[in-house]
Amino acid sequence: MAHVRVLAGTRKGAFVLTSDEKREKWSVSGPYFGGWEIYHLKGSPVNPDRIYASQNTGWFGQLVQRSDDGGLSWQPVGNDFTYAGGDPGTHLWYDGTPRPWEFKRIWHVEPSLTEAETVYAGGEDAALYKSVDGGVTWTELTGLRTHRTGPSWQPGAGGLCLHTIILQEPRIYVAISAAGTLRSDDGGETWRVINLGLQSGEIPDSDAEAGHCVHHVEAHPSRPDTLFMQKHWDVMRSDDAGENWYEISGNLPTDFGFPIAVHPHEPETLYVVPITSDSLHYPPDGRLRVWRSRSGGNEWEELSAGLPERDCYVNVYRDAMTVDRFESAGIYFGTTGGQVYASADSGGTWAPIVRDLPAVLSVEAQVLP
Amino acid sequence: MTEIRVVLPAHLRNLAGVHGEVLVSVPGTGLTQRAVLDALEAAYPVLGGTIRDRRTGKRRAFVRFYACEQDLSNEPPDAPLPALVADAVAERREPFLVVGAMAGG
Repeated sequence: MAHVRVLAGTRKGAFVLTSDEKREKWSVSGPYFGGWEIYHLKGSPVNPDRIYASQNTGWFGQLVQRSDDGGLSWQPVGNDFTYAGGDPGTHLWYDGTPRPWEFKRIWHVEPSLTEAETVYAGGEDAALYKSVDGGVTWTELTGLRTHRTGPSWQPGAGGLCLHTIILQEPRIYVAISAAGTLRSDDGGETWRVINLGLQSGEIPDSDAEAGHCVHHVEAHPSRPDTLFMQKHWDVMRSDDAGENWYEISGNLPTDFGFPIAVHPHEPETLYVVPITSDSLHYPPDGRLRVWRSRSGGNEWEELSAGLPERDCYVNVYRDAMTVDRFESAGIYFGTTGGQVYASADSGGTWAPIVRDLPAVLSVEAQVLP
Repeated sequence: MTEIRVVLPAHLRNLAGVHGEVLVSVPGTGLTQRAVLDALEAAYPVLGGTIRDRRTGKRRAFVRFYACEQDLSNEPPDAPLPALVADAVAERREPFLVVGAMAGG
C-alpha cells in the first residue's frame, strides 16, 4: 500500500512523519541532528530513499547529510561551499556599502529530476552550487553570482539567500532575497534576470531590474512556463517563463506571505498563507488560514476547517508548504509554533500531524509505493 | 610525533562518531594551535569546516580553544603553545579543549 513520508526541517533538528494513503494516523521519528538548524530536506525524484539535509549551526557552520535508506541512517557528505574564482567581489550590505561575499549556510537543496547523483544547493550569500557525486563535492555555478547585477544585490531581513530552485533541466529558475528571480536556459552557465512586472515599494526604483524581495516561486510540472510567486508583498504570476509578471492577489485579505504551493493535479489551483504584514509576521486577527485559488489566482477562497480560529500568532516560512501526489491530494504546512498541518482533501479539511516541534523551517512530502 | 588528548563538544563528537576524549597524533615536536587542528582534521575529516572557516582558516566565531584553564582562542595559530601548556598537553596530563562558546540557544 502506498504511503507518504513528510520531511520536516526545524530550528533544532529534522523529523520524518509517515502515514498511509488515508493520512489520518501518523508516526513521527526524530529528532535527527538534534540541536542543529535543518533549513531543508528533500528526497531525490530518481531515488526517493536518497534524501539530502542541510544542517547548520552558528557554532560549527554548514554540513550536508545524506541518507540512502529513506532517513533511517545518515552520513555527512561534503561541506566545502567555496566561492569559485578566488576573490568573490562584493554585494551591497544593508547600509548600501559594498561587502565581500561570505558563505553562511545552505537554504535549499534540490535533487535532479533525472540524475540520481546530481543535486543543487542554494546558499547565503546568494550562490548556486551543484554536485554530481551525491553531495560529496560541490562546485559553484558562478554565472549566477557574477551576473552584472550581482554587485547591487542586498540582503533581505533573513540574509542574501538563494532559497528557491526550480529544475526543468537544462532550464533552472532560482529566486533570491532580495535580488529577485533569475533563469538559466543552459544548465546554470548563464543567467538572465526575470523581474519585469514586479513592483516593490520598499526599494528606490519600484520596478528596478533587480532588488525585489521574492519569497518563493513554484511551477507545476505540466506547465513549465507558468510560474507563481509569493513576493514580499503581492502574489504574482508569469505565463512566459518569467519574462513578464502580473499580479493575482485579487481578494486575498493581505498579499504578504512566504510560501506558495500548486496543486499536484490541477495546475491552476494555488495555495498561500496570508500574513498580516512585513512587520507583523502572523495571520490576520490571530486566525490561521490557507487561501486557495482554483482559477490560477485573483479569485481566492478561505480554507479554515480544522485550523486555529483564534489566538494564533505563528508564521509559515517559505519552504514550509508542500503537496503530495496522491489522487486525493495532500497539502502540508509547518509553522513557527512547531505544528505541521495536513489536509488529505486538497485543503478542504485540516488536522495537525504534530503540534509541538521546534519552529518548522521546511516541509517536503514523498509518496512511496 | 606527539600524541595528545583532545576534547570535542558534544555536537562534534556525534559528527565524528566518537565518545569522550580522542587521541590525536600531532606531527613534529612543537605544538601550535594550527598543528593540533590540522592533525585533528586529518584524523577526522568530517570536522573540516566546523572549527575553522575553510576559506580563511580562521577559527569560527563561536568556537574556543582552552587548555590548562587558559583561553588560547586568540593566540596566533602558528605560535607555539605557552611552555607550561605545551608540556602538560604533550605529556597528556591535560587535554586540548575545543569548546562551543556561550552563545545562541
